[in-house]
Amino acid sequence: MSDSRPIEVDVAIVGGGPAGLAAAMALRAGGVARVTVLEREEAAGGIPRHCGHPPFGLREFRRLMTGPAYARHLVAAALAAGVDIRPRHSVVRLHPGGQLDLASPDGTRQMAARRVILATGVRETPRSARLIDGDRPLGVINTGALQAYTYLEQLRPFARPVIVGTELVAFSALLTCRKAGIRPVAMIEAGTRATARWPTSLAPRLLGVPLHLRTQLVEIRGRKNVEGVVAAGPDGTPREIACDGVILTGQFQPAAELVRASHLRLDAGSGGPAIDQFGRCSDPAFFAAGNLLRPVETAGWSWREGRRVGETVAQDLAGALPASTREVVIERDAHIKLVVPQRLAWPQFGAGIGDHVQLRVARAIAGTLSARANGQVIWQRPIDTLPERRILVPLDALPIPADARSILFQIDPRG
Amino acid sequence: MARPEAEVTAQAATVRIWDVAVVGGGVVGCAVARRFALEGAAVVLLERAPDILAGASKGNSALLHTGFDAPPDSVELACMQAGYHEYLEIRERLGLPLMETGAAVVAWNEDDLVRLDAILAQAHRNGVTDVRRIDRAELMQREPNLAAHAKGAVLVPGEHVIDPWSAPLAYLTQALAHGAAVWRNAPVTGGDFDGVTWHLATPRGPVSARQVINCAGLQGDVLEHELLGSSDFEIRPRKGQFVVFDKAAAKLLTTIILPVPTERTKGVVLCRTIFGNLLVGPTAEEQPDRERAATDSATLAQLRDQAIRMLPGLADIPVTAIYAGLRPASERKEYRIAAKPGRHWITVGGIRSTGLTGALGIARHVWSLYAEQGYRHTPPEVGHWPRMPNLAEHEMRDWQQPGYGEIVCHCEMVTRREIEAALTGPLAAGDRHGLKRRTRAGMGRCQGFYCTARVAALCEGRLHE
Ligand SMILES: Cc1cc2nc3c(=O)[nH]c(=O)nc-3n(C[C@H](O)[C@H](O)[C@H](O)COP(=O)(O)OP(=O)(O)OC[C@H]3O[C@@H](n4cnc5c(N)ncnc54)[C@H](O)[C@@H]3O)c2cc1C
Ligand SMILES: Cc1cc2nc3c(=O)[nH]c(=O)nc-3n(C[C@H](O)[C@H](O)[C@H](O)COP(=O)(O)OP(=O)(O)OC[C@H]3O[C@@H](n4cnc5c(N)ncnc54)[C@H](O)[C@@H]3O)c2cc1C
Repeated sequence: MSDSRPIEVDVAIVGGGPAGLAAAMALRAGGVARVTVLEREEAAGGIPRHCGHPPFGLREFRRLMTGPAYARHLVAAALAAGVDIRPRHSVVRLHPGGQLDLASPDGTRQMAARRVILATGVRETPRSARLIDGDRPLGVINTGALQAYTYLEQLRPFARPVIVGTELVAFSALLTCRKAGIRPVAMIEAGTRATARWPTSLAPRLLGVPLHLRTQLVEIRGRKNVEGVVAAGPDGTPREIACDGVILTGQFQPAAELVRASHLRLDAGSGGPAIDQFGRCSDPAFFAAGNLLRPVETAGWSWREGRRVGETVAQDLAGALPASTREVVIERDAHIKLVVPQRLAWPQFGAGIGDHVQLRVARAIAGTLSARANGQVIWQRPIDTLPERRILVPLDALPIPADARSILFQIDPRG
Repeated sequence: MARPEAEVTAQAATVRIWDVAVVGGGVVGCAVARRFALEGAAVVLLERAPDILAGASKGNSALLHTGFDAPPDSVELACMQAGYHEYLEIRERLGLPLMETGAAVVAWNEDDLVRLDAILAQAHRNGVTDVRRIDRAELMQREPNLAAHAKGAVLVPGEHVIDPWSAPLAYLTQALAHGAAVWRNAPVTGGDFDGVTWHLATPRGPVSARQVINCAGLQGDVLEHELLGSSDFEIRPRKGQFVVFDKAAAKLLTTIILPVPTERTKGVVLCRTIFGNLLVGPTAEEQPDRERAATDSATLAQLRDQAIRMLPGLADIPVTAIYAGLRPASERKEYRIAAKPGRHWITVGGIRSTGLTGALGIARHVWSLYAEQGYRHTPPEVGHWPRMPNLAEHEMRDWQQPGYGEIVCHCEMVTRREIEAALTGPLAAGDRHGLKRRTRAGMGRCQGFYCTARVAALCEGRLHE
């Protein structure tokens, strides 16, 4: 320990991405004096720092920007608002009541905050956790790493990769490749259609990259570097595709390791901390915002969520946010992968992080989505959706009975 | 003092004759090079890959075994026990970590239970006298998160967890500090023996030595066919796959959990790693291929399920890494160590599944085979104890001390200072795999999502890939 006295602040924000910076600015606007953003990278800005393409900034600055320009704008705005941003400060542990252990090049320190906002974002699932068969050569990376190579380090990890997946981020990988002079040899997707919406899903054809649907990555080959992948198409026959890299895109998961190692409750569905509609965690000194809450939303969405949590925390510090006296747990059936928030708190107060419950499904599904309380259907609506698409249920559309302890969302598939 | 490789190459041009050429930079070759250097022999170690530890030694369970279940009265047992003791004796001076966990051979059914007595008897026969039976209650008290169907166990207090890579790196670094040399990217592709001296061919130039010690692991028999015309043993690679769980799993377990072994294998182990994770593995799969250690998802999913059956809390914990290693097993269940005095050759082959533990003991055994032939050297003063950077989670890491510059790999908290150190010095990383083994950069839960590019930038032009 270089200094044993904890640094005291009003609010410590863990993570300086769009959500964290927006929360910080909202806190300053709400009259909170000491607002510190702890960011482990050399600069705040989050993922947009290495998304070298538009569209960013529409919601926040009413301008179309590239990610890096947007990140710089956010940082400048936060500094101008009097936010204390500390780059190269890693939060390594969370303690009950708002204590944090920090590491920085100057030494390890403790920070004591009246409130903490967690905003550590998401990342993509790596090769290991996907249990992909084959060798383990260099050159199997996620989109995030590809973008860091291209935009942060000006390096080219490979020349002819295969792109795996068709979530929105896969098209961002495609654009990044184009920018870096990398020519993907194929894009493969296990499902029957591209996950991202039209017209994005036309992009590969426009860029001259063959898109293979209903094609499964079977194996990665190569001892030192990638030499090829084996993929099985609709007829199941494995086929080798020569390539020198693999970009594994999407399958996002919240960067929730601090939460997992702490006293806070983790939600198995979202992979993020369990929260109420104010963004409050199981320890009321902790709040959370942005993509840490669930995979995955845009920067603009995360920014808005951050701002709302910032506003809520400012009110909490002013003594306006009531402690919860009654809680309704939000449950889900197996068709539904996640629900955020995971509980609603009474008394009601303001809008919280949004005025809705957000759901995502586990598999492509069509049918009726309903909410039940005390065994009765209190709300329902037809749906036809894919796993990566958000479903929003307005909170004020849910007539929750006063004696209900929980509500259950379920889907009755059609046919 | 340590000698940079460039200088060594320059010396090679003047056709130096080494006392000993060690072929292969696995854990065994590194330990042999150390022993011979400390005994005063002029040693050169030749490794075909861009870095050492590219073969069997790159992927193992990292357990320091007591030998409680080794074949009684075997060379393997003797080497393991000598290796175990020497590791404990030298580890602090070399900065090598030890996690004193103990192991429990757990009976999961009635059949297992009846076999525990034989395991206990063999342990005692092997001189591991602190091994004892524990009942279910004591087992569950030690390991409350274990699945309820555990029936009892044999406790082996001396089995421990170590760092599989810092140990061999330390052995070779200490050898270099006492006059040895290492050539990497130097596969031995041929050689002639003129009755006194071996003249080995490598792409980096010829090497002359009075004695060759074959520590080529998975290629040991191939090397002998090439250089001696025949080999007394045949390598039968046996693959082991592993699943590594997130660090959140480490709090679920202390003791190494071993199964009651079968004829073929010691079976699947569940244990913490020195780096703060928890691993399950290895499998035992015979394969003809000596190079590729591929993983397959069906087997990995089975391993994961098996781990969850033993430790149900793992069900909620994500997988951090997967890997596989090849054991250089031979057609017989024993080490294949033999001197061929007439040919100035010592074979150290078939170091199958206990080589990390046995290496220092094997090195002493090989030295005695050599010395018995009448070779004499004057030992230097053993003055250098190079300390390895600590990567063990339970001891002080670099990031906990100021001035580290930047954290490059956030999951494993690897600092720029550590990466710089691994890229310099007498045994600087030769390739990115070697850098990972020296620092752990990119080996954590995100597997390089955040840091791959930064690491690549720091390495630009500084590796020999
Ligand atoms: C590869 C990739 C590409 C994407 N592309 C787009 C896109 O093109 N458009 C779009 O709208 N969205 C994109 N997204 C979604 C992205 O998550 C959001 O745009 C947005 O960045 C979310 O903001 P956030 O603040 O929640 O998290 P992030 O932007 O991820 O910020 C989290 C911050 O927390 C920091 N941090 C994490 N842990 C710690 C710790 N322990 N201590 C200190 N600091 C810590 C991180 O360094 C990071 O700066 C992409 C996401 C990924 C992963
Ligand atoms: C799955 C698994 C689990 C294990 N678990 C444990 C454990 O928990 N505890 C334990 O003590 N042991 C364990 N082991 C055993 C241990 O890893 C091995 O016994 C040990 O690594 C063997 O080392 P080696 O030096 O003989 O071979 P290797 O590590 O294979 O070294 C041989 C070296 O020679 C090089 N080489 C080959 N041919 C040439 C040539 N022609 N010229 C130059 N160089 C050449 C290779 O590149 C290689 O680097 C395990 C092994 C496996 C595979």
